Amino acid sequence: MSTNVADYVRTTLVRRGRWGIGEIVFWLIAAATLYFLPERHLILNEIAIIGLFALSLDLILGYAGIVSLGHAAFFGLGAYTAGILARDGIADPLLGLGAAAIAAAILGFVTSFLVLRGSDLTKLMVTLGVALVLGEIANQASWLTGGADGLQGITMGPILGLFEFDIFGTTAYAYSLTVTFLLFIVARRIVVSPYGLSLRSIRDNPLKARAVGIPVNHRLVAVYTLAAAYAGVAGALLAQTTQFVSLDVLAFHRSADVMLVLVIGGVGYLYGGLIGAIVFKVLQDVISAWTPQYWQFWIGLILVIIVLVGRERLTERVRVLWKGAAGRTAKSPETLQKTSAREV
Amino acid sequence: MTIALETKGLVKRFGGLVATDNVSFKLEQGARHALIGPNGAGKTTFINLLTGVIKPTAGQIYLEGQEITGLRPELRVQRGLARTFQINQLFPAMTPLETIGLAVSERTGGGRDWWRVTGSKREIIDEIVEIAQRFRLTDVLDERTSNLAYGKQRLLEIAVAFACKPRVLLLDEPAAGVPEAERHELLATVAALPRDVSVLLIEHDMDLVFSFADRISVLVNGALFTEGTVEEVSTDPRVRAVYLGESVDE
Repeated sequence: MSTNVADYVRTTLVRRGRWGIGEIVFWLIAAATLYFLPERHLILNEIAIIGLFALSLDLILGYAGIVSLGHAAFFGLGAYTAGILARDGIADPLLGLGAAAIAAAILGFVTSFLVLRGSDLTKLMVTLGVALVLGEIANQASWLTGGADGLQGITMGPILGLFEFDIFGTTAYAYSLTVTFLLFIVARRIVVSPYGLSLRSIRDNPLKARAVGIPVNHRLVAVYTLAAAYAGVAGALLAQTTQFVSLDVLAFHRSADVMLVLVIGGVGYLYGGLIGAIVFKVLQDVISAWTPQYWQFWIGLILVIIVLVGRERLTERVRVLWKGAAGRTAKSPETLQKTSAREV
Repeated sequence: MTIALETKGLVKRFGGLVATDNVSFKLEQGARHALIGPNGAGKTTFINLLTGVIKPTAGQIYLEGQEITGLRPELRVQRGLARTFQINQLFPAMTPLETIGLAVSERTGGGRDWWRVTGSKREIIDEIVEIAQRFRLTDVLDERTSNLAYGKQRLLEIAVAFACKPRVLLLDEPAAGVPEAERHELLATVAALPRDVSVLLIEHDMDLVFSFADRISVLVNGALFTEGTVEEVSTDPRVRAVYLGESVDE
């Protein structure tokens, strides 16, 4: 009896760490697009970057319950760090990525103490404020950032000294996709680890998490710092692959878009950010080709429908096929409303 | 007898209101001690002081002889002081398995482990199994907590506190709201808690107090009114007047 239960317990727990068929197929298709969609590599590159950015937001929102309207602060800081390094002659892409990750992580660590306290509204305002402050600094410090003209004169060296960036964006896409995939693997391990479990418990009920002996604040600082580093890397990828940085990377709409992307794809199961990025970019592409002025109208409408009707009901069919994968990473994608209900 | 938990001159004021009034209290090692008192007597405040959710205005708290008055709540848990809540405080989106696994991992220092999959260690599995069996949760381990029957949720509430391997366990009305049909299972589980865990039971339900406790403290208006064996307290006419009287009448 006891050994049966033990086996059951172990397999049920360890199952969450295993890769489902759906997941493997997802990444195989992503890799296949390197060969089969050569004329789409520029937009696919953007999708990979936004996907990574949204994945970063999912780490704090979906797994730790921290809402943010200023996640672009880290994205922008990473973009400027990588951009400035490259402009000033340090052209190695990976060095730039590392520097961007560290810079964003430091900012994340410092500002995490501001977002630890207060209600969701406080968090929204504090994160928004941090991004606004950073945006204005970038605007004023034009000697460093190029100000409103943007950061120009970025020339990237070859990746690992081997792969030169090309004008079709193939190297760029392969690079962004690889980085996103590697960081995804790390995030995926984290969320099924005891540490990841403790984050979910904090999101669900911080009072109880403390009563179980979890140092809630330490855990939140750690995940916020990590997510900031991820966002910094995403920003650096954008700077390096487009060889240009403008104030746009710190703009409010960046933070809002990434939230939108995550909500479209689903919060709290890591793939939400990636799927959301695909849906968002493809919709943007299709709708703006059809009706260039009004694309925001349609994306707004879709957002309202998703939040009101609920993604669960909209994607029921797809999720049956996906079940193997999604069920293993988290119980089910949570909607935004459920996140705020946690305040009770 | 050694003292598991002790307070000396504990005071808590909220503005002009004295919620805890100079309480000096001792919980002996292995005790089955009940804390009773009418509504508004300050039982919850007292628990919150013990667990560190609120800070006392004056006085000290000792856990197994060591002062813990200024310690953060999670550190008190790590030192061996766990509690359950009067109103279930669970992780609705997690399964009982994950919840117990979380508590066991945290206690064994695995909570900082971010690279290994939860449940890859043999000792942790064994302990989860033992706790799941003790609290009769084996058949619902992989259900979503929010879908469990209320009695099962109540059991999980105690199981999580127990998974912290406490030296002292504070049970805040463990049977509150549990339907009659599920009550027996709960009481049997509480009665079967190992004797090396000292238990302080905060309870309204006199049947449960009399069947479970060997000592009773009565809290009235934030102060310790009297303390004694079940016998002494239940026959004390003053206690009947302030507390039992109104409970019997209802």
